[in-house]
Amino acid sequence: MVIIEYIIPRLDFSAAGKASTDMKHRLTQLGLPPALIKRVAIAMYEAEMNIAIHGDGGRAEIEISQEGITTRFIDQGPGIADIELAMQEGYSTASEEIRDMGFGAGMGLPNMKKNADEFIIQSEPNKGTTVQMRFRLPAGEP
Amino acid sequence: MRATEIARIINAEIVAGEEIAYNLDIETACGSDLMSDVIAFVKERVALLTGLTNPQVLRTADLMDIRLIIFVRGKKPSAEMIQMAREQGIVLMKTHNTMFTACGELYQAGIKGDSSCGDH
Repeated sequence: MVIIEYIIPRLDFSAAGKASTDMKHRLTQLGLPPALIKRVAIAMYEAEMNIAIHGDGGRAEIEISQEGITTRFIDQGPGIADIELAMQEGYSTASEEIRDMGFGAGMGLPNMKKNADEFIIQSEPNKGTTVQMRFRLPAGEP
Repeated sequence: MRATEIARIINAEIVAGEEIAYNLDIETACGSDLMSDVIAFVKERVALLTGLTNPQVLRTADLMDIRLIIFVRGKKPSAEMIQMAREQGIVLMKTHNTMFTACGELYQAGIKGDSSCGDH
Protein backbone atom coordinates (compact mmCIF):
# COMPACT_ATOMS: atom_id res chain seq x y z
CA MET A 1 0.00 0.00 0.00
CA VAL A 2 1.19 3.51 -0.80
CA ILE A 3 0.04 6.61 1.08
CA ILE A 4 0.59 10.06 -0.37
CA GLU A 5 -0.19 13.30 1.44
CA TYR A 6 -0.72 16.73 0.00
CA ILE A 7 -1.07 20.06 1.77
CA ILE A 8 -3.73 22.29 0.20
CA PRO A 9 -3.13 25.99 0.92
CA ARG A 10 -6.00 28.40 1.44
CA LEU A 11 -6.98 30.55 -1.57
CA ASP A 12 -3.70 29.86 -3.38
CA PHE A 13 -4.87 29.45 -6.93
CA SER A 14 -1.46 28.88 -8.43
CA ALA A 15 -1.12 25.81 -6.16
CA ALA A 16 -4.74 24.59 -6.19
CA GLY A 17 -5.08 21.62 -8.49
CA LYS A 18 -1.49 20.46 -8.02
CA ALA A 19 -2.46 17.42 -5.93
CA SER A 20 -4.95 16.15 -8.50
CA THR A 21 -2.70 16.74 -11.51
CA ASP A 22 0.23 15.10 -9.67
CA MET A 23 -1.97 12.10 -8.78
CA LYS A 24 -3.20 11.85 -12.35
CA HIS A 25 0.38 11.54 -13.57
CA ARG A 26 1.30 9.01 -10.85
CA LEU A 27 -1.70 6.82 -11.67
CA THR A 28 -0.89 7.06 -15.37
CA GLN A 29 2.62 5.78 -14.58
CA LEU A 30 1.07 2.84 -12.69
CA GLY A 31 -0.72 1.93 -15.90
CA LEU A 32 -4.27 2.15 -14.53
CA PRO A 33 -7.20 2.48 -16.97
CA PRO A 34 -7.51 6.07 -18.31
CA ALA A 35 -11.26 6.26 -17.52
CA LEU A 36 -10.59 5.41 -13.85
CA ILE A 37 -7.71 7.91 -13.67
CA LYS A 38 -9.92 10.65 -15.05
CA ARG A 39 -12.64 9.95 -12.48
CA VAL A 40 -10.10 10.08 -9.64
CA ALA A 41 -8.47 13.26 -10.97
CA ILE A 42 -11.78 15.09 -11.49
CA ALA A 43 -13.14 14.17 -8.07
CA MET A 44 -9.85 15.09 -6.40
CA TYR A 45 -9.69 18.41 -8.22
CA GLU A 46 -13.18 19.36 -7.09
CA ALA A 47 -12.32 18.43 -3.50
CA GLU A 48 -9.04 20.31 -3.68
CA MET A 49 -10.71 23.47 -5.01
CA ASN A 50 -13.36 23.23 -2.30
CA ILE A 51 -10.72 23.11 0.44
CA ALA A 52 -8.79 26.03 -1.11
CA ILE A 53 -11.95 28.12 -1.59
CA HIS A 54 -14.20 27.19 1.32
CA GLY A 55 -12.19 25.16 3.83
CA ASP A 56 -9.44 27.63 4.83
CA GLY A 57 -6.93 25.17 3.38
CA GLY A 58 -6.38 21.60 4.54
CA ARG A 59 -4.85 18.36 3.42
CA ALA A 60 -5.42 15.30 1.29
CA GLU A 61 -4.43 11.70 2.05
CA ILE A 62 -4.43 9.27 -0.82
CA GLU A 63 -4.11 5.50 -0.32
CA ILE A 64 -3.37 3.25 -3.23
CA SER A 65 -3.76 -0.48 -2.63
CA GLN A 66 -4.70 -3.69 -4.47
CA GLU A 67 -8.36 -2.98 -3.85
CA GLY A 68 -8.42 0.58 -5.04
CA ILE A 69 -7.78 4.21 -4.34
CA THR A 70 -9.07 5.92 -1.22
CA THR A 71 -8.88 9.70 -0.97
CA ARG A 72 -9.56 11.70 2.17
CA PHE A 73 -9.82 15.49 2.10
CA ILE A 74 -9.71 17.11 5.50
CA ASP A 75 -10.12 20.72 6.54
CA GLN A 76 -10.77 22.60 9.74
CA GLY A 77 -12.75 25.32 8.00
CA PRO A 78 -16.20 26.72 8.67
CA GLY A 79 -17.97 23.43 7.88
CA ILE A 80 -21.26 22.92 6.03
CA ALA A 81 -24.48 23.56 7.94
CA ASP A 82 -26.83 21.86 5.47
CA ILE A 83 -25.10 19.05 3.57
CA GLU A 84 -28.21 18.10 1.63
CA LEU A 85 -28.47 21.64 0.27
CA ALA A 86 -24.74 21.76 -0.53
CA MET A 87 -25.10 18.51 -2.53
CA GLN A 88 -27.64 20.09 -4.88
CA GLU A 89 -26.34 20.91 -8.35
CA GLY A 90 -26.05 24.66 -8.80
CA TYR A 91 -25.99 25.52 -5.10
CA SER A 92 -22.86 27.47 -4.19
CA THR A 93 -21.72 29.92 -1.54
CA ALA A 94 -18.65 30.98 -3.56
CA SER A 95 -17.86 34.69 -3.72
CA GLU A 96 -18.10 36.84 -6.84
CA GLU A 97 -14.30 36.83 -7.01
CA ILE A 98 -14.21 33.02 -7.12
CA ARG A 99 -16.94 32.96 -9.77
CA ASP A 100 -14.89 35.38 -11.87
CA MET A 101 -12.11 32.79 -11.80
CA GLY A 102 -14.43 30.25 -13.40
CA PHE A 103 -15.47 28.37 -10.27
CA GLY A 104 -18.39 28.35 -7.89
CA ALA A 105 -20.91 26.81 -10.27
CA GLY A 106 -22.22 24.56 -7.53
CA MET A 107 -21.11 21.40 -9.35
CA GLY A 108 -18.27 20.37 -7.05
CA LEU A 109 -19.86 18.06 -4.48
CA PRO A 110 -22.34 16.45 -6.91
CA ASN A 111 -19.52 15.90 -9.38
CA MET A 112 -17.38 14.20 -6.71
CA LYS A 113 -20.25 11.88 -5.83
CA LYS A 114 -20.84 11.10 -9.50
CA ASN A 115 -17.22 10.18 -10.16
CA ALA A 116 -16.46 8.20 -6.99
CA ASP A 117 -17.59 4.61 -6.33
CA GLU A 118 -18.16 5.57 -2.70
CA PHE A 119 -18.60 9.09 -1.34
CA ILE A 120 -18.87 10.00 2.34
CA ILE A 121 -19.04 13.56 3.60
CA GLN A 122 -18.93 14.56 7.26
CA SER A 123 -19.11 18.14 8.39
CA GLU A 124 -19.74 20.16 11.49
CA PRO A 125 -20.14 23.94 11.54
CA ASN A 126 -17.01 25.71 12.87
CA LYS A 127 -15.14 22.38 13.07
CA GLY A 128 -14.49 21.44 9.48
CA THR A 129 -15.31 18.99 6.73
CA THR A 130 -13.98 15.58 5.70
CA VAL A 131 -14.75 14.02 2.35
CA GLN A 132 -13.78 10.40 1.74
CA MET A 133 -13.99 8.90 -1.71
CA ARG A 134 -13.15 5.36 -2.84
CA PHE A 135 -12.45 4.18 -6.34
CA ARG A 136 -12.38 0.45 -7.03
CA LEU A 137 -9.71 -1.00 -9.27
CA PRO A 138 -10.92 -3.37 -11.97
CA ALA A 139 -10.06 -6.97 -11.04
CA GLY A 140 -6.55 -8.01 -12.00
CA GLU A 141 -5.01 -4.53 -11.96
CA PRO A 142 -1.79 -3.92 -9.99
CA MET B 1 -9.06 19.12 -38.35
CA ARG B 2 -5.49 20.17 -37.71
CA ALA B 3 -5.00 22.78 -34.98
CA THR B 4 -3.10 24.93 -37.47
CA GLU B 5 -6.20 24.95 -39.70
CA ILE B 6 -8.31 26.00 -36.69
CA ALA B 7 -5.93 28.92 -36.13
CA ARG B 8 -6.35 29.98 -39.75
CA ILE B 9 -10.18 29.81 -39.62
CA ILE B 10 -10.60 31.94 -36.51
CA ASN B 11 -7.63 34.18 -37.27
CA ALA B 12 -5.78 33.09 -34.14
CA GLU B 13 -2.12 33.34 -33.24
CA ILE B 14 -0.45 30.26 -31.75
CA VAL B 15 1.32 31.35 -28.56
CA ALA B 16 2.48 27.96 -27.23
CA GLY B 17 3.02 24.53 -28.76
CA GLU B 18 3.72 25.75 -32.31
CA GLU B 19 5.74 22.55 -32.92
CA ILE B 20 2.86 20.21 -32.00
CA ALA B 21 -0.05 22.16 -33.50
CA TYR B 22 0.39 20.77 -37.01
CA ASN B 23 -0.05 17.18 -35.85
CA LEU B 24 -2.85 17.87 -33.36
CA ASP B 25 -6.18 16.68 -34.70
CA ILE B 26 -9.34 18.24 -33.25
CA GLU B 27 -12.92 17.12 -33.93
CA THR B 28 -14.95 18.59 -31.08
CA ALA B 29 -14.88 21.79 -29.05
CA CYS B 30 -16.40 23.39 -25.99
CA GLY B 31 -16.81 27.11 -25.27
CA SER B 32 -16.99 28.14 -21.61
CA ASP B 33 -15.69 30.63 -19.07
CA LEU B 34 -16.82 28.35 -16.28
CA MET B 35 -14.14 25.74 -15.54
CA SER B 36 -16.51 23.99 -13.09
CA ASP B 37 -18.81 23.24 -16.01
CA VAL B 38 -15.96 22.08 -18.23
CA ILE B 39 -14.98 19.60 -15.51
CA ALA B 40 -18.56 18.50 -14.91
CA PHE B 41 -19.76 18.13 -18.48
CA VAL B 42 -16.94 17.54 -20.96
CA LYS B 43 -16.41 13.88 -21.87
CA GLU B 44 -14.43 13.95 -25.09
CA ARG B 45 -11.00 15.33 -25.97
CA VAL B 46 -12.22 18.74 -26.94
CA ALA B 47 -10.59 22.04 -27.82
CA LEU B 48 -11.52 24.61 -25.19
CA LEU B 49 -12.52 28.16 -26.13
CA THR B 50 -12.50 30.53 -23.18
CA GLY B 51 -12.11 34.16 -22.17
CA LEU B 52 -10.66 33.17 -18.84
CA THR B 53 -6.90 33.54 -18.38
CA ASN B 54 -5.70 32.05 -15.12
CA PRO B 55 -3.56 28.99 -14.33
CA GLN B 56 -6.69 27.01 -13.40
CA VAL B 57 -7.58 26.91 -17.10
CA LEU B 58 -4.34 24.97 -17.68
CA ARG B 59 -5.03 22.66 -14.71
CA THR B 60 -8.53 22.01 -16.03
CA ALA B 61 -7.08 21.21 -19.45
CA ASP B 62 -4.52 18.86 -17.92
CA LEU B 63 -7.24 17.00 -15.98
CA MET B 64 -9.63 16.77 -18.90
CA ASP B 65 -7.01 15.74 -21.52
CA ILE B 66 -7.66 18.96 -23.42
CA ARG B 67 -4.79 19.60 -25.85
CA LEU B 68 -5.85 22.92 -27.36
CA ILE B 69 -6.99 26.10 -25.58
CA ILE B 70 -8.17 29.10 -27.58
CA PHE B 71 -8.38 32.43 -25.75
CA VAL B 72 -11.09 34.64 -27.23
CA ARG B 73 -11.88 38.37 -27.05
CA GLY B 74 -8.19 39.28 -27.32
CA LYS B 75 -7.30 37.80 -23.93
CA LYS B 76 -3.61 37.07 -23.50
CA PRO B 77 -2.23 34.18 -21.43
CA SER B 78 0.49 35.12 -18.94
CA ALA B 79 4.11 33.99 -19.27
CA GLU B 80 3.41 31.49 -16.43
CA MET B 81 0.52 30.01 -18.39
CA ILE B 82 2.60 29.74 -21.57
CA GLN B 83 5.31 27.95 -19.59
CA MET B 84 2.75 25.55 -18.04
CA ALA B 85 1.29 24.82 -21.49
CA ARG B 86 4.75 23.99 -22.88
CA GLU B 87 5.42 21.60 -19.99
CA GLN B 88 2.03 19.94 -20.38
CA GLY B 89 2.19 19.68 -24.19
CA ILE B 90 -0.87 21.89 -24.68
CA VAL B 91 -1.31 24.23 -27.63
CA LEU B 92 -2.42 27.79 -26.78
CA MET B 93 -3.93 30.23 -29.26
CA LYS B 94 -5.36 33.71 -28.97
CA THR B 95 -7.84 35.46 -31.21
CA HIS B 96 -9.57 38.83 -31.19
CA ASN B 97 -12.85 37.16 -32.16
CA THR B 98 -15.60 36.95 -29.54
CA MET B 99 -16.61 33.58 -28.11
CA PHE B 100 -19.75 33.50 -30.28
CA THR B 101 -17.93 34.29 -33.51
CA ALA B 102 -15.02 31.94 -32.85
CA CYS B 103 -17.38 29.06 -31.96
CA GLY B 104 -19.62 29.85 -34.93
CA GLU B 105 -16.77 29.85 -37.42
CA LEU B 106 -15.43 26.55 -36.12
CA TYR B 107 -18.88 24.95 -36.13
CA GLN B 108 -19.43 26.08 -39.70
CA ALA B 109 -16.09 24.55 -40.64
CA GLY B 110 -17.20 21.16 -39.26
CA ILE B 111 -16.03 21.14 -35.63
CA LYS B 112 -18.80 19.65 -33.48
CA GLY B 113 -19.88 20.07 -29.88
CA ASP B 114 -19.11 17.38 -27.29
CA SER B 115 -21.78 14.84 -28.25
CA SER B 116 -21.74 13.17 -24.84
CA CYS B 117 -22.41 16.46 -23.05
CA GLY B 118 -25.59 16.17 -21.05
CA ASP B 119 -25.60 12.35 -21.01
CA HIS B 120 -25.17 12.09 -17.29
